[in-house]
Amino acid sequence: MRELICIVCPRGCHMRVDGDLNVTGNFCPRGEAYAKAELTHPTRVVTSTVRITGAAYPRCPVKTAAPVPKEKIFDVMDAIGRVTLSAPVRVGQTVIEDVCGTGVAVVAAREMP
Amino acid sequence: MYELIVVGGGPAGLAAACAAWDSGLRHILIVERDRELGGILNQCIHNGFGLTWFKEELTGPEYAHRFIELLARTGVEVRTDTMVLDVTADLRVHMTGPATGYRIERAKSVILAMGCRERTRGAIGIPGTRPAGVYTAGAAQRYVNVEGWLPGRRVVILGSGDIGLIMARRMTLEGAKVLACVEVMPYSGGLTRNIVQCLQDFDIPLYLSHTVTQIRGRDRVEQVVVSRVDEKRAPIPGTEMVFDCDTLLLSVGLIPENELTERAGVEMDPRTKGAVVYENMETSVPGVFTCGNVTHVHDLVDFVSAESQRAGTAAAKYVLHGPAAGESVSLKNGPGVSYTVPQRVRPQNVEKAFNVFFRVNRIFGKSEIVVRARERELCRFKRDRLAPGEMENITVPVKLLEGVTGDVTVEIREV
Ligand SMILES: Cc1cc2nc3c(=O)[nH]c(=O)nc-3n(C[C@H](O)[C@H](O)[C@H](O)COP(=O)(O)OP(=O)(O)OC[C@H]3O[C@@H](n4cnc5c(N)ncnc54)[C@H](O)[C@@H]3O)c2cc1C
Ligand code: SF4
Repeated sequence: MRELICIVCPRGCHMRVDGDLNVTGNFCPRGEAYAKAELTHPTRVVTSTVRITGAAYPRCPVKTAAPVPKEKIFDVMDAIGRVTLSAPVRVGQTVIEDVCGTGVAVVAAREMP
Repeated sequence: MYELIVVGGGPAGLAAACAAWDSGLRHILIVERDRELGGILNQCIHNGFGLTWFKEELTGPEYAHRFIELLARTGVEVRTDTMVLDVTADLRVHMTGPATGYRIERAKSVILAMGCRERTRGAIGIPGTRPAGVYTAGAAQRYVNVEGWLPGRRVVILGSGDIGLIMARRMTLEGAKVLACVEVMPYSGGLTRNIVQCLQDFDIPLYLSHTVTQIRGRDRVEQVVVSRVDEKRAPIPGTEMVFDCDTLLLSVGLIPENELTERAGVEMDPRTKGAVVYENMETSVPGVFTCGNVTHVHDLVDFVSAESQRAGTAAAKYVLHGPAAGESVSLKNGPGVSYTVPQRVRPQNVEKAFNVFFRVNRIFGKSEIVVRARERELCRFKRDRLAPGEMENITVPVKLLEGVTGDVTVEIREV
């Protein structure tokens, strides 16, 4: 039996998961999916910033378009740290196509005219 | 003469202006002191915004962008880089900015949406030297996320509010070592999900019932001393731990930014440190409304948007159809509750039901939220868990207020 707090939404349900991956305490199905993923292959969305030239500020916020494996977080950060964009940047624009072989893109999260 | 002037272009001001436009106002002005719209969201680059409102998990800048796009489809006028200096009770708004100079604009209604600011170290008085390297967590957030520089390499965080937790993760990802998060209360001030994904994910220890008792260092922070505290929050001698660090981040709470509100003569609530508001977010001064963090500190922007929409709609109704009528009942906090918003409800002015936001004053297990008028119970709501760090919200059908005069109390009963 493992206790787990769902981080999918701010409600933060306190869940229990038994050895056969039966989940209780979740208010909605997303909690069950999260609990199963968390105990088999945990993932997170990574948000950070990249350098940008020619914009009002020197940094542009970015995020992974989908969750990436938790153990790859620092590799993803390294890859993000090597990028420099130049303005203008549109929100949703691809910054890295497939980051660290995860099959997930890194996209811009802000308009930087 | 504007029909509505909105002070502040954060998520609260944006949602209020859009709603007022949708309700029929055509002469609306938003005044924002920053260079761009979006407020604090522009520096909150983490995700977790919009789950309720857009049914999507967005980052702060993306959430702001959605509203800025909605606003662009309206004819709402925007003045950025312009600071409001004064709002008078006869609805004259004094403002100044490089583009227009000093101006006084008149309005038929005003929405105050100035947000909040961080408590600083001075407000909590830590003994020790005054070296460089002590920042509020929000200032550090701006340095890292907008300006692009890391304020330190070895970090201790005082306070477990959401900004502190978010910055613990952010600084870790950027290569700093976060040694500890220290919280004086026996519970965290932030959302549980942030404890999990910002501290536990990175093995950052959280010391509850502890505080920073000394800061050491001549020019730059070199060490901080952390001690356990007793039930009265007094440090216990002999429990000191010393951390070698170059940075101390303070995440010790937010205070609504209400200088303008007070000067306008609006009745204030010492519990929320915001205005006393009616069910439609109207204040004691006719035609003046408030919404968002300036009214009470929110954890979730989705609730800010919902509340602000109500304020915008109400301001439009006020301008187009005149003041809201009816006697009001007062909402009081009973045992377990630290405040309610709204503080007053005019049943005549509510169609079906009204929303009440509140916070509890300690952690509760399985419990019931009970709403009563004197000894008569009006309704109750079940909860599995209640925590001061997570704002609660109930919807009360207005027909339950029939025949009620005087006070209505919201209280918590553990079951
Ligand atoms: C660090 C942090 C993390 C957060 N994390 C989350 C999260 O994960 N999920 C979530 O849903 N919510 C989160 N929130 C909460 C959410 O961001 C806020 O509740 C929301 O931004 C409040 O909106 P607001 O418009 O009331 O205030 P603000 O965003 O502060 O906007 C107020 C605006 O008013 C302007 N202003 C103030 N005074 C004047 C004046 N005199 N003249 C002209 N303009 C003025 C300011 O410049 C500012 O732009 C977080 C908040 C913070 C601070
Ligand atoms: S289980 Fe559903 S309601 Fe509960 S925290 Fe997870 S996503 Fe939110």
